[in-house]
Amino acid sequence: MQVPAYVEYEKATSVEHALGLLAKFGPEARILAGGHSLIPMMKLRLVQPETLIDINGLSELSYVTVDNGRLRIGALTRHAQLLDAAAAGAHFAILHDAERVIADPVVRNWGTIGGSLCQADPSEDLSATFAALKATMIIRGPGGSRTVPAREFHTGAYQTVVAPGELLTEISIAIRPGGGSAYEKVGRRVGDWPVAAAAVAVWLDPETGGTITDAGLGLTAVGARSFAAAEAEDFLRGAAATEASYAEAGRIAAEHCNPASDQRGPAEYKRHLAGELTVRALRRAVRRARQQPGGEP
Amino acid sequence: MQITVTVNGAEHVREVEARLLLIHFLRDDLGLTGSHWGCDTSNCGACVVWLDETPVKSCTVLAAMADGHRVRTVEGLATNAASEEGSGEARGGGWGAGGGELDPVQQGFTECHGLQCGFCTPGMMMTARWLLDRNPDPSPEEIREALSGILCRCTGYENIVRSVLWASKHEAAGRASE
Repeated sequence: MQVPAYVEYEKATSVEHALGLLAKFGPEARILAGGHSLIPMMKLRLVQPETLIDINGLSELSYVTVDNGRLRIGALTRHAQLLDAAAAGAHFAILHDAERVIADPVVRNWGTIGGSLCQADPSEDLSATFAALKATMIIRGPGGSRTVPAREFHTGAYQTVVAPGELLTEISIAIRPGGGSAYEKVGRRVGDWPVAAAAVAVWLDPETGGTITDAGLGLTAVGARSFAAAEAEDFLRGAAATEASYAEAGRIAAEHCNPASDQRGPAEYKRHLAGELTVRALRRAVRRARQQPGGEP
Repeated sequence: MQITVTVNGAEHVREVEARLLLIHFLRDDLGLTGSHWGCDTSNCGACVVWLDETPVKSCTVLAAMADGHRVRTVEGLATNAASEEGSGEARGGGWGAGGGELDPVQQGFTECHGLQCGFCTPGMMMTARWLLDRNPDPSPEEIREALSGILCRCTGYENIVRSVLWASKHEAAGRASE
């Protein structure tokens, strides 16, 4: 039986209240949202907070909206809500691709987007997704809100820039016409962490759809810096949207990642997957970008 | 800390530690052993109960998180023949605690041999009930997807899918004859 260590518990009634509780209880307090990352770690005593601050009542942090040319996702949004949100899938099909392969439907009912990002597991699927989409994180603290680009959000395994007295409140993505996106994941079984995964967002030239004008490439579970494949992105910008380009982008992405051998597979296999899944995600993202001149199907 | 949780329609006020998991609160504090405690790591789904209207893995939810909320366990699936108001309605609403008429999902598992050892069955049925409430006519693929978070070591899932299909057809027939 895995039992967490003794812990105190507070229920936040508003974002301001949550910030006040964080300030009061200091760095040994932890925010409790869905708890499906935190509670397993507490059971194994990998983390032993002194106080849990339950934010499940903060409905003001649970939303998926389109606002001022941006898709805005509240940090307390459950994975199931994001998967159910038509607006999210319409603008960024990658979000639904990724959510469909995160955990299982019941876990998705309770786990949150913010919780997954803040746990910052190197195999977590949304980190690479938001890196590919070049999302912006909004973090609230006692002094107000600050924004952090997705690629600067993580500082290492299980480490983010969210400081002890702060709360991640929103993830937002700029909506641009002419784009397509996709997520390709290989895992050992349903709901498992990926062996490797690739996240792709591309924008094509509006006249012919034959050239990639911009690209975002994310990689999961292969030790990619900031969950991104920046060198492959540089190659793709301005490149023709052809199989030859996808293959080269895959080769570059595989070359620049840093997978480790573990129970999910040997490093060489993960490196191979990084390349191959980048190619497959590119194919699908480009097809989606072409299907609708203004955006995705 | 004190928590107030309404389980299968009955309110319970209890003193608990914050670290107490919901599955243990239900089984040990309330004696509702219908929900099973399996992997303890949110994988197997034997512990699935409803928190308000949502199936969750109760081994990974604190009892404290259910304070002020409703919980429905497998004991609350059957519609109550004797509700709190007396021998009342046998259908509609009411998460009665035991007795009464089996839910169509439970009937389906009986008709179609949807269980062998029965360990995953509470999780399967609570999730199937939620599926059918949202999607009354699921395909076999949709059933498998919805139940993908509950693991069965006995049946190979075939009869579980048949049981849920039986329940959906039985409920459709019931609606058609109303």
